[in-house]
Amino acid sequence: MKHERLVDILQSLSNVMSTSGDESEMRRALRPLLAGQVDELRVDSLGNLITLKKGTGESQLRVLVTAHIDEVGMMVVDHTPDGALKVQAVGGIDDRLLPGLNVCVGKEQLPGVIGIKAIHHSSSRERLKAIPLKELSVDIGAENRKEAQRLAPVGTRVTFSTQAHPLGELIAGKAFDDRAGCTALVALLHEEPFPFDLYGVFTVQEEVGLRGARVAGYAVAPAVAFVLEGTIADDLPKKEDVGPTSQIGQGPVLTVMDRSYISAPWLLRYTVQLAEKLGIPYQFKQPGIGGTDAGAIHLTRGGVPSLTLAVPCRYIHGPISLLKPADLEATITLTSAALRHLTAEQLANN
Amino acid sequence: MNLGLLTQLTQAFGPSGYEDKVRALIQEHVAPWADELRTDPLGNLIAYHRGNGKGQKIVLAAHMDEIGVMVSHVDKEGYLRFTHIGGVYPLHCIGSRVRFADGTHGVIYLEHREDTSPSPKLTQLYIDVGATNKDDVPVSVGAPAVFVRPLVQQGERLISKALDDRIGCYILIELLQQVQDSPHDLYFLFSTQEEVGLRGARTAAFNINPDMAIAVDVTITGDTPKALPMAVTLGDGPAIKVQDTGMIAHPKVRQLLVDAARKAKVPYQLEVLRGGTTDAAAMQLTRAGIPSGALSIPCRYIHSPSEMVDSEDVANAIKLLAAALA
Repeated sequence: MKHERLVDILQSLSNVMSTSGDESEMRRALRPLLAGQVDELRVDSLGNLITLKKGTGESQLRVLVTAHIDEVGMMVVDHTPDGALKVQAVGGIDDRLLPGLNVCVGKEQLPGVIGIKAIHHSSSRERLKAIPLKELSVDIGAENRKEAQRLAPVGTRVTFSTQAHPLGELIAGKAFDDRAGCTALVALLHEEPFPFDLYGVFTVQEEVGLRGARVAGYAVAPAVAFVLEGTIADDLPKKEDVGPTSQIGQGPVLTVMDRSYISAPWLLRYTVQLAEKLGIPYQFKQPGIGGTDAGAIHLTRGGVPSLTLAVPCRYIHGPISLLKPADLEATITLTSAALRHLTAEQLANN
Repeated sequence: MNLGLLTQLTQAFGPSGYEDKVRALIQEHVAPWADELRTDPLGNLIAYHRGNGKGQKIVLAAHMDEIGVMVSHVDKEGYLRFTHIGGVYPLHCIGSRVRFADGTHGVIYLEHREDTSPSPKLTQLYIDVGATNKDDVPVSVGAPAVFVRPLVQQGERLISKALDDRIGCYILIELLQQVQDSPHDLYFLFSTQEEVGLRGARTAAFNINPDMAIAVDVTITGDTPKALPMAVTLGDGPAIKVQDTGMIAHPKVRQLLVDAARKAKVPYQLEVLRGGTTDAAAMQLTRAGIPSGALSIPCRYIHSPSEMVDSEDVANAIKLLAAALA
């Protein structure tokens, strides 16, 4: 896929509002992008978008590639007498980033602001402290509780309202975890058929516990799974030489072990060797942190050897993250190569 | 006691997810006695004994993996930072040696701390492989390592790293030879990734879909100075699991093991474990549910590099299980 088209898809998907459990907008955005590129497309009971791209028939393997379509955000849980919304986090959100933000409320995308009292009223001690989310509220300009309830009833999703845009050689936008992976999966499904049937699944509810992937893994019952992600780029200046591991501009980030799973050593070795051979840059994710859909998929049925490949993104889970398109392209190239060279013999010998 | 085999088993390299060397070793020892051998997608080794068609389908599980560490960063001077594989306590690490798959040895030590009173955190520890700079380090981010500590026999006691759960693997290897006449279809499951969340046993049990599952693993004892109250003593016989934090043993499985102990005339203890669990917890919840239980080998200093078991408990566990499966 051409560079411009890829960046265009990334930016358009980044702008979609799709908090965990309410991913219909992402499904709607993906359908036209997948039209004519897959042989089957269905939505399962949890909302996973399951596509099948039929293979050339050379191989009988059944391979799953996933990317999750949900993003972290907030949900309305109560209303104040003066018409503000009380919210709770959906997925992992850093409370420190919230005060003063623009947000989008509900399907109608009502504009909202996370209110905070003016600097004139706050003491210097107060200003040094992070305000917990439960003490914040979202102001949608409602007059009173009744109006707030009407405009944003309990259960309404609240999302960061960032619009994606270029930033030097980088792209800035919200929800690159995992719109980066979604973009990569769309690009893979646009390629020529693979030797085997490829199930491309856009999963739901990853951010709240790898839930969609669990049932999608069961339904597809693959022999091997690849999970495409947007992951931490831990490349801010450091006082101490005890990190980082993943940085933007250094290529796809391969997981060796995180809190949710251990990559099948042979699959990791094979992918690394391919990257070396093809001159594709790669790096390893800092072991022992985070978790991805691979954690759920590898435990489905009789077990599935799995590997996560991720695009390094700065400031993930925040209102705005940054990535380098070259990392996204290298992630697609490496995943495509890993898929095209995969054989049943490799599985049998490991 | 086949000390040679137990030495090989305990000293083999096998952190969670990287059990291939342990698997190869076990494969060699069970091959002559198994009707079928296979390795599944998560690396579990399954040795199958065919029954006479009138018995039950039973899984006996012991895990091949051991706790260890994994490199998370290499600094400019060539020191390594690391994360844990399974339950690793920082206090046990200081001064320990670790070994990587390629044979590289490292010493774990602690940064200087002004306040030495709090227990150190894993992030304050590092591995020294004797390198002089980053380029001199033979291992990279993502490399797993295991603790180094030989097997020693002292009287009836056995002391080594990784007795959790190579002692279970040892018991299953010996047991397979003794149950050649068992009417049951027996699946000796040498499982992977137990220490990181009972992962191998879960998928293996799904594939096997047995009538009953029994894990053979270690449990803590209450017989050391100021130990937490625990009615299990080293040397007083294998412990039949009543419950732990992950599972309530099925009463019939528990009773089967109690009856077998009486039949085999071996001492046994009952175990209620208030911290920890075994592969049986994962197997019990597989598919529509599998009646499960566990036989535990009392073990002191679990998850330290010097775990201690009693060889009589081991011998009695083999007798008990042989009687249960006869």
